[in-house]
Amino acid sequence: MKQHWWIAICLLSLSTRVHAAYDIEQLMADLAGHKGGRAHFVEKHYLAVLDKPVQSSGEMIYSPPDRLEKRTLLPRVETMVLDKDTLSFERDKRRLSISLSSRPEALAFVDSIRSTLSGNRRALEQHYTLRLQGDSRQWVLIMVPTEPAITVLLQRITISGSRNQVRHIEYLQADGDRSEIAIEPIEKP
Amino acid sequence: MKLAVRVFSLWLLFMLVGIVIVWNSRFSTDISFFLPSKPSIEQRALVGQLQGGAVSRLLMISVEGGEVEQRAAVSRELRQRLAASPAYVSVQNGETGGLEEERDVLFRYRYQLSPAITPERFTVEGLQSAVTNTIDMLSSPIAMMFKPYLTHDPTGELLEVIGQFNPDIQPETRAGVWASRNGERAMLLVQTRALGADTDGQAFAIASARESFEQVIQSEGRRDMAMQISGPGHFAVQARETIKSEISRLFFISMGGIVGVLLWVYRSPRLLAFGLMPMLSGALAGVVMVSMVYGTVFGITVGFGSALIGEAVDYAVYFFIQTRRLGLDNWRRLFWPTVRLGVMTSTLGFGALLFSSFPGLSQLGLYALTGVVTAAMVTRFVLPTLAGEQLGVAVPGPWVQKMLNLLNQTHRLQSAVFFLAMLAGVYLWLQRDTLWDANLSALSTVSQSEAAIDTRMRTDLAAPDARYLVTINAENQESALQIAERVSLQLDRLVEAGAIGGYDSPSRILPSEMRQRQRLASIPAQDVLEARLQATLVDSPLSADKLAPFVADAQAARIAGVMRRADLDGSALALAVDSMLTLGQDGRWSVMMPLRPTPGAAGADIPVELLRATLEGSGALFVDMKTEFDLLYSGYVDEAVQLSLAGFLAIVLLLAITLRSIKRLLHVLLALMLTVVGVIAMLHLAGEHLHLLHLVGMLLIVAVGSNYALFFDRAAGGEPLDTATLLSMAVATITTVIGFGTLALSSVPVLRAIGITVGPGALLALLLSAVLVYPAGGK
Repeated sequence: MKQHWWIAICLLSLSTRVHAAYDIEQLMADLAGHKGGRAHFVEKHYLAVLDKPVQSSGEMIYSPPDRLEKRTLLPRVETMVLDKDTLSFERDKRRLSISLSSRPEALAFVDSIRSTLSGNRRALEQHYTLRLQGDSRQWVLIMVPTEPAITVLLQRITISGSRNQVRHIEYLQADGDRSEIAIEPIEKP
Repeated sequence: MKLAVRVFSLWLLFMLVGIVIVWNSRFSTDISFFLPSKPSIEQRALVGQLQGGAVSRLLMISVEGGEVEQRAAVSRELRQRLAASPAYVSVQNGETGGLEEERDVLFRYRYQLSPAITPERFTVEGLQSAVTNTIDMLSSPIAMMFKPYLTHDPTGELLEVIGQFNPDIQPETRAGVWASRNGERAMLLVQTRALGADTDGQAFAIASARESFEQVIQSEGRRDMAMQISGPGHFAVQARETIKSEISRLFFISMGGIVGVLLWVYRSPRLLAFGLMPMLSGALAGVVMVSMVYGTVFGITVGFGSALIGEAVDYAVYFFIQTRRLGLDNWRRLFWPTVRLGVMTSTLGFGALLFSSFPGLSQLGLYALTGVVTAAMVTRFVLPTLAGEQLGVAVPGPWVQKMLNLLNQTHRLQSAVFFLAMLAGVYLWLQRDTLWDANLSALSTVSQSEAAIDTRMRTDLAAPDARYLVTINAENQESALQIAERVSLQLDRLVEAGAIGGYDSPSRILPSEMRQRQRLASIPAQDVLEARLQATLVDSPLSADKLAPFVADAQAARIAGVMRRADLDGSALALAVDSMLTLGQDGRWSVMMPLRPTPGAAGADIPVELLRATLEGSGALFVDMKTEFDLLYSGYVDEAVQLSLAGFLAIVLLLAITLRSIKRLLHVLLALMLTVVGVIAMLHLAGEHLHLLHLVGMLLIVAVGSNYALFFDRAAGGEPLDTATLLSMAVATITTVIGFGTLALSSVPVLRAIGITVGPGALLALLLSAVLVYPAGGK
């Protein structure tokens, strides 16, 4: 179901490209205006070594500008918090903290979402070349890494959304494995 | 004449032999000066940790100046250079995760090391749960780190192994490298190859770090940046530099002052040369004796030489000034007994220190005792033969006569002295709670500002200070490790309960052979494992066909058998094990397991009682280094009090026997005790916090100051004082004050405390003896 929705967005973005007067600057401004909040996510990993994709789901909580919490509930509880320069995990009562900048792979995967959420164009352009398609209602941001440390791991990140809301993220890894995250905001009560 | 040549040749021969011995002596400036000579088990842990523990090899480096990116660039360049240097075993600046380089070794031995391995791990259920867990991990952001290992390690043993090592707290990171809390300095943490006790090695490591830093900022063109180093090695090197430079500085100041005074009095270089003989002999003999008895001479002991020469020169002063009038035979008959008594009281004072278990103190005692006795012997037996009777000091100037007249009046000051002494006594009584500094750090050459910098850098780096340790002592490596494993289980429960933050154990890197065998025995035979995998992974996204590398690795591990310490050679893990697991000189093995407090615990404390109770009967011992230090120090203080009292009583006894008069004895003792009270009151008024060495200083005031009181006492005994004797006393006091006073200029607390106590004390002892001991009108 989610996947159909994704394809629909792609098609939509193609069809609306002609009207595109929407540029990265505007998108970033829109995103930076997001007040943060909670969202439901479903993540699917497609790995060559696995016969079937692995699915996980849970909640994401974003507190602008630099805290992002990803709380996976299924298949098992795991919390990941990206706060400033530290990425920490908690799983089975075990905690793991790593310095973000010391690990290009972590940087590639998590900082890209946070910088997108906060509309931090400068941070994104440090590591990626950005290309935008669509308009403010339906946009697709394609990010291709420029740093060798990241390119060995990652081919491309594709983020799409509507106005200031990110809806979908796809990571295409260098070895062809990929993962997709669909995001559904939870309305504040 | 012939006799004089023979005596001089003999003296010269002794001096040359002494110089040869000193030349070949081992000198040390390290912390062992303060460490107990007969340590308890806890103290042995303390000593081991200070001299060879991992923490004693850590140096912290901070780089400041420039912009954050520039600091990061310098930090990276510096790390690269230091990592290439043989002086360091590990250099971290946050660029790479702690165990990156060690991952291969940990991966290779994962079946020996993983705490998750039990027979259940390889049953269908166990495999199911482990593999599902690993597949779940693949959806985690850190999956990239483990994905390459998936087909070799589908049960995730590597993660289990690495998970044990992750420290709870990480330093701040700026621009990809570690930074201080406020982000204004880049931080590095290095571990030297040299042991903490190897000051030369530490000095080399520090010098090469500074040199590398200079090269880096040169090549980066960043002259505005500065580097700071702190850590135990840095302090050790600095202490050595301080003591080295002070020994010669203090010696020259003291020598200069004394030579000046003697030249003024003697007005003859020849006489001066003779006068220096006893004291040089004494200083040399002191070092020779210490070297022969202890094997190692502490730098501080040698530094004490500048005080010793001030005391040892006195005997020659008495000899030269007094013989001119009396002739040699009369001097020997009339004055030598008084000089000898002075030598004996000094000997008793210094001798009391010999029994101290504080090695530095007993060495000082032996050094001074040998020096004083040698100087007196040379004065008595060598000088007369060489100098003869014709050599002597000219008749004292008229001012000495004036002084003698004044002295006849000093008894009028008695009531004033008693009044002041009472004031001082009351003042000290009121201030009694603030007099003492109950901390061993009062004796350390590390200044407060340096200690503050060290604490700040340690906080910035979240570097361990190893205050809390669990120690184990066992007869062989295997049983030491087995005990460590049992203790680890108990500690795990405390970690889970939040009582402690964590701990390190050598058994994580090198499990006991028994434990390794148990783990390897859990791995089923190849066909069994393959069958179980098939059954386990029927519905899994990961099919059993892809796991041939896993089956092969598990079998290989089973065949390879246990991992040994030698298998870790060349990796930082070897060093980590060695720092926690050491073979003692007695052939027994000891384990040191550092504990970390729960993050955010008040005062970074650990529930000591709980730990002691938990470890009861486990064969392991909980040690709190700070408490041990405090205990050690208060033990030294208690002992110093006892020794000082014993020394004092011995001196009283000696005086009682020689003076044979209660009245005269009481006068002498009163003068000495009021001197001590006066000096302490003055020190306290000057803002000095008293410690162990001030206490020793008080004993020395009594031991040294009594020499002057005894000459005044001669007058009370019916032998009136003449100008020559008074002059000799004045000169002897001045040289002693110069000698000890020079120590007061030292920045080494041990020397400074003795100097500021005994220097003024000697002078005050002379003055108070003039008032209290010298009889009214000189008769």
